[in-house]
Amino acid sequence: MVQGMTLAEKLVARAAGVTQVRPGEVVIAKVDLAMMHDSGGPRRVAPMLERLQAKVWDPNRVVVISDHFVPAVDAESASILDLTRKWVKATGVTKFHDMQGICHVVLPERGHLRPGMFVVGGDSHSPTGGAFGAYMFGVGATEMCGVLVTGEIWLRVPETILLHWTGKLGLGISAKDMILAMCAKLGMDGGRYQAIEYAGETISTLSMQERMTLSNMAAELGAQAGLIAPDEVTRDYLLKAGVPASEIDITTWQADSGAAVAERHDFDASTLSPMVAAPHSPANSAAVTEHKDVTIHQAYIGACTGAKINDLRMAASVLKGRKVASSTRLLIAPASTRTTAEAAADGTLATLTEAGAILLASGCGACAGYGAGVLAENETCIASTARNFKGRMGAGSSKVYLGSPYTVAASAIAGRIADPREFLS
Amino acid sequence: MTASITGRVWKFGDNIDTDVLAPGLYMKGSIAELAKHCLEAVEPRFAKEVKPGDIVVGGRNFGMGSSREQAVMALHELGVGAVIAPSFAGIFYRNALNLGLLALVCPEAGKIRADATLTVDAVSAQLRDAETGETYAAEPLPPHLLQMVADGGLLSYLEKKLRVQQSREAQA
Ligand code: SF4
Repeated sequence: MVQGMTLAEKLVARAAGVTQVRPGEVVIAKVDLAMMHDSGGPRRVAPMLERLQAKVWDPNRVVVISDHFVPAVDAESASILDLTRKWVKATGVTKFHDMQGICHVVLPERGHLRPGMFVVGGDSHSPTGGAFGAYMFGVGATEMCGVLVTGEIWLRVPETILLHWTGKLGLGISAKDMILAMCAKLGMDGGRYQAIEYAGETISTLSMQERMTLSNMAAELGAQAGLIAPDEVTRDYLLKAGVPASEIDITTWQADSGAAVAERHDFDASTLSPMVAAPHSPANSAAVTEHKDVTIHQAYIGACTGAKINDLRMAASVLKGRKVASSTRLLIAPASTRTTAEAAADGTLATLTEAGAILLASGCGACAGYGAGVLAENETCIASTARNFKGRMGAGSSKVYLGSPYTVAASAIAGRIADPREFLS
Repeated sequence: MTASITGRVWKFGDNIDTDVLAPGLYMKGSIAELAKHCLEAVEPRFAKEVKPGDIVVGGRNFGMGSSREQAVMALHELGVGAVIAPSFAGIFYRNALNLGLLALVCPEAGKIRADATLTVDAVSAQLRDAETGETYAAEPLPPHLLQMVADGGLLSYLEKKLRVQQSREAQA
């Protein structure tokens, strides 16, 4: 009789080609898919592959997405993008998305993910793929090179940390508020580089985009992966993304009922307030009311974490018929070109621009200080991004607060950090 | 990597992140340029004064944040001999070893004095304060990872492995 396994254990066991794994054991896993972007991808791995005189083990299992240095703002970024295009062509990688949006959003949007997969990404927010019931985690460029050469990677079988949510979210409260509350409770190393599984009735009511926000910021909890077991919501999303029904297995990839978890933390969605993280850590989160009256110079809705279609709709619901305060500026960089198209089709985009929002290109942009919208010395910003580390969005003395798209939009109207519930009914 | 490293201790707090180690503003340029800004947001003197062989002692969750290897490469570029911390962020830790930078988990790292002259023995994972004689125990690395670090990282390790494979194929 095999002992019950957690979702993480099942996913790792399959990739390692065994029927059972135990936390702590080191295994070698076969990689189903490897994702890279322009910053940590070809420009870094190409010279390494050359040095090794090695070929990519399977170009069909590689996805390359240019999102960090897009659109090019100078000769250096242009040459990074150029190198990426040339490498992809020379290597025979056909799953290439050039300037179509941020990798973590584009990857599932273009139908590359399925429940049960074992995936590595050359980016720390790779746990986002866990929202689809795939074991996905981030690696650095050298380790990515190892995967590209061998198609394998070693890992320590993670313990599972269950983050369980019950209750209904109130008006103007979203997944971003949930994850900031979890960061405040567990801290940025609470995940101990183990696997988090988000579960409970609240999670099952969330859209795929909202689930992605939770899995994305498993990185901020210090976890290796942030999993959510697949269900009908997952299936509907993937069917729309063009994944054949026969490849979507939502029954196998569930934790066994008797599976042992290392830790369990319970949360109640019905008592949750909009949350805001003060500089310089997502773990510095508290109810928005604690930060009211902080004057802001910039409001930013962007990043893989906070500029998906539902994020833009949240912002629009607050901004509808209102204007951005003249003392501030609201910049919006939709997470992908498909997001922009959807937002244009349903009128969301018009609502945002009528309110005075400035639209930026889809890409990482100001989130990590790479592109348009960076901050000057001593400026304060509220952003829907994942991280507010010192100097991340620009000048070293700038300050970044994190909030949901609702809260960022409300703050843009007020010119100071504001509670979105005051603008919704 | 030699088995033992001696250098001055540069001490940092908890949660030193990759944006502080390798700021995004300088990510497009060369590592030499990026390294000049390594840790400047928390210690402007660091990049200017650090000497080859010096030792970075961090607090909990050292290297949290991005997967960018430049966070490790910047320390390497500046000649940092080892990074010691009570805990590391997972990706940074893997990156450090993959690039041949010795990273040791030391639960007592908090007790190490700032500016001390510290000797780090990679194999036994023993740390010793040269002035006070005080010793601290770090967790030894498993032999295969220690070997990978000694070889200069994952790439050198793969190079060896591929060479062996090729010569086997040539013989067959
Ligand atoms: S949007 Fe920000 S957090 Fe997301 S991948 Fe880009 S830089 Fe990283």
